Amino acid sequence: MAKVAKKNTLKLKFDSARNLAPAPESKRAAKIDPQYDLFINGKFEKPVSKKYFATINPATEEKLSMIAEANTADVNKAVKSARTAYDKTWKKMPPAERAKYIYRIARMIQERAREFAIIETLDGGKPIRESRDFDVPTAANHFFYYAGWADKLEYAFPNRKTEPLGVAGQIIPWNFPLLMAAWKIAPALACGNTVVLKPAENTSLTALKLAEIIQEADLPPGVVNIITGAGATGAAIVNHADINKIAFTGSTEVGKIIQRAIAGTNKKATLELGGKAANIIFDDAPLDQAVEGVINGIFFNQGHVCCAGSRLYVQESVFAAVVRKLKDRLETLIVGDPMDKNTDIGAINSKAQLDIINKYIKIGQQEGAEMYQSSCAIPKKGFYCRPTIFTNVAQSNRIAQEEIFGPVLAIQSFRTDDEVIEKANNSPYGLSAGVWTDKGSKIFNLTTKLRAGVIWANTFNKFDPTSPFGGYKESGYGREGGLHGLSAYINLIK
Amino acid sequence: MAKALVEKKRLEVLKTYKIYIGGQFPRTESGRYYMATNSKGEYLANVCLGSRKDFRDAVVAARNAFGGWSGRAAFNRGQILYRIAEMLEGRKAQFIDELTRQDSNKVQAEKEVNLCIDRLIYYSGWCDKFQQLYSSVNPVASSHFNFSVPEPTGVVAAIAPQNDSLLGLVSVIAPIIAGGNTGIVLASATKPLCAVTFAEVLNSSDLPGGVVNILTGKVAELVTFFADHMDVNATVFCEADAATQKMIKEKSALNVKRVVLYDKVKWADETGQSPYFIMDFQEIKTTWHPIENIGGAKAGY
Repeated sequence: MAKVAKKNTLKLKFDSARNLAPAPESKRAAKIDPQYDLFINGKFEKPVSKKYFATINPATEEKLSMIAEANTADVNKAVKSARTAYDKTWKKMPPAERAKYIYRIARMIQERAREFAIIETLDGGKPIRESRDFDVPTAANHFFYYAGWADKLEYAFPNRKTEPLGVAGQIIPWNFPLLMAAWKIAPALACGNTVVLKPAENTSLTALKLAEIIQEADLPPGVVNIITGAGATGAAIVNHADINKIAFTGSTEVGKIIQRAIAGTNKKATLELGGKAANIIFDDAPLDQAVEGVINGIFFNQGHVCCAGSRLYVQESVFAAVVRKLKDRLETLIVGDPMDKNTDIGAINSKAQLDIINKYIKIGQQEGAEMYQSSCAIPKKGFYCRPTIFTNVAQSNRIAQEEIFGPVLAIQSFRTDDEVIEKANNSPYGLSAGVWTDKGSKIFNLTTKLRAGVIWANTFNKFDPTSPFGGYKESGYGREGGLHGLSAYINLIK
Repeated sequence: MAKALVEKKRLEVLKTYKIYIGGQFPRTESGRYYMATNSKGEYLANVCLGSRKDFRDAVVAARNAFGGWSGRAAFNRGQILYRIAEMLEGRKAQFIDELTRQDSNKVQAEKEVNLCIDRLIYYSGWCDKFQQLYSSVNPVASSHFNFSVPEPTGVVAAIAPQNDSLLGLVSVIAPIIAGGNTGIVLASATKPLCAVTFAEVLNSSDLPGGVVNILTGKVAELVTFFADHMDVNATVFCEADAATQKMIKEKSALNVKRVVLYDKVKWADETGQSPYFIMDFQEIKTTWHPIENIGGAKAGY
């Protein structure tokens, strides 16, 4: 009998059949001004600093616009305007009227959704499909949801009344620029606070477009102030004496700096920091669904997600099958032009972030882990990273411990429930986790014992305005979203 | 004969005041002591001058106890808090005696002990109720079942109120353990007697060892360790001392501890108890699961 090397697994073919025709979204449906000033007291004002910096499209490295850089004097102006608006207008306004303003913002975002999606993708590099179907609608929904709370706060906290905190200083990251602005501004306004918000320096454009909407919505001047700049601007907000509340989303490192900076003050804080989520696949899980969940968990938004499922734990008996399926699926991911509607993975947000990701890819290899990358071509210009998975990873490896914030997955195996619970919880972070199994009682055992703020069972990376989000341990404190997100912006009084 | 016995003065057996770690009553590992006195400077007892190592041992005990305690049925935790109240009621006279020796008068002392017992009963009742008040089922727009529940923060390190030596101690401990946390508590330095005796109450109440660990010693010496230990999840401080508050908040940033300050709470008031004290040591966990809708199935009512 002839010896035939028999493979009992089929290899999928990914050649010509998968070359889809380009389906680009049009830039013309969005208007980007050549220069943006600071939004203070209802008007766009030139910065006292007189400085501007460029914001670029990370997919092409082309300049999109010039953004004002706020210095301490600008921050002072913004806080003063927020304070005046708080004292004179916003805290005196009947809550039902407050609600109507916030509803208006939600509606206007919906009306201009396409423009927002295009600008979000151009400025940040995320696939247009994600900006269009996730970032922008979820942002609008967040305003719509919290608007309705404004005149219902007395029902939210048993046996207590609420009062607003005053002026909130809000600092947001570059991974979901408009959505994070919505997460911060909507509950703050609903609870009766006024706001000074600073978007990340790489991705200021949609926040500034939101400022245009706030102007159109005729929100009283000073209730929302949006100022742009980098770390120094953020520090000036954190250290401003007339701010009552700091809301920060970003790295754990900066979160700790903020916690220290406000130690001697009465400022309240919510910190939504880093993560290193465990995504756990048991042998009884529907594997194809689980693999889709893992792909979504780590490659959604190029892995620039604080709750990304960056640690995968696979039960030993299905380890080989899962890894093979993952590798196959990796090959089908379309990496490239974020404006193309077929693109799955767009551009890395910045050169600096690409350097960090590449550093960790090198570290992973040096530590002895086995790397597998998609064989896809990536554009010559712009910042791109092939989707990457590591096997043969040890729990102590840096790629299994530290947040990479990119499309890099570290895979380990496990045998028993207790073992994987211990491994999953062996992290200073505790933002999110995922569990894949067909058995209900096992799901609840795991979801109860995993020390993380959001647990996805047989799903991953799902978000909703009604659903509280936030971390345990070094992933921060306080919640955003839902009923529980109100606590961040009120004092309880008897 | 009987008369002779009465007349012959009996020598009282004095209690050794020790610390409480992991359900045991060791002396401080440091071998140090300080003399507790009343306001007139009269000797009350030699008390353990707890050390950093004692604190670290206590954190290990608290961490080891956390899984079991947080995993207990809430109803069972409620019963154990009730049992603590029962034990305290039974030893009321001893607490009144100690409070009186620590400068309280008889009426005040009795009132304080009664309040402590009632407060434990109050929190006993909350053990299996606050979750229902502060949970939610969240009506997400996608096809998922989504709910949020409070879960204990973890290991809590608390400096008990220095003036309300018994009521403050009980009022700080009860909401922490009612919510399923474990903790380390530093007793009032100047009035430590009741804290040690309260540890004996805890020890005879079916409260598992390590859930509450009580140390005696100096706040100034130990407070930094309460704030910078990497395996502690939350810190409590009850004095209106701005410099120490700032230090605690700064050091707590090391591992993003939750800092809870109770400098404005009046423990003897009605406002000294509420489920919001429990919620100070709870995290909100949100769980998602898909709702099956195979092929757009239309079955309905």
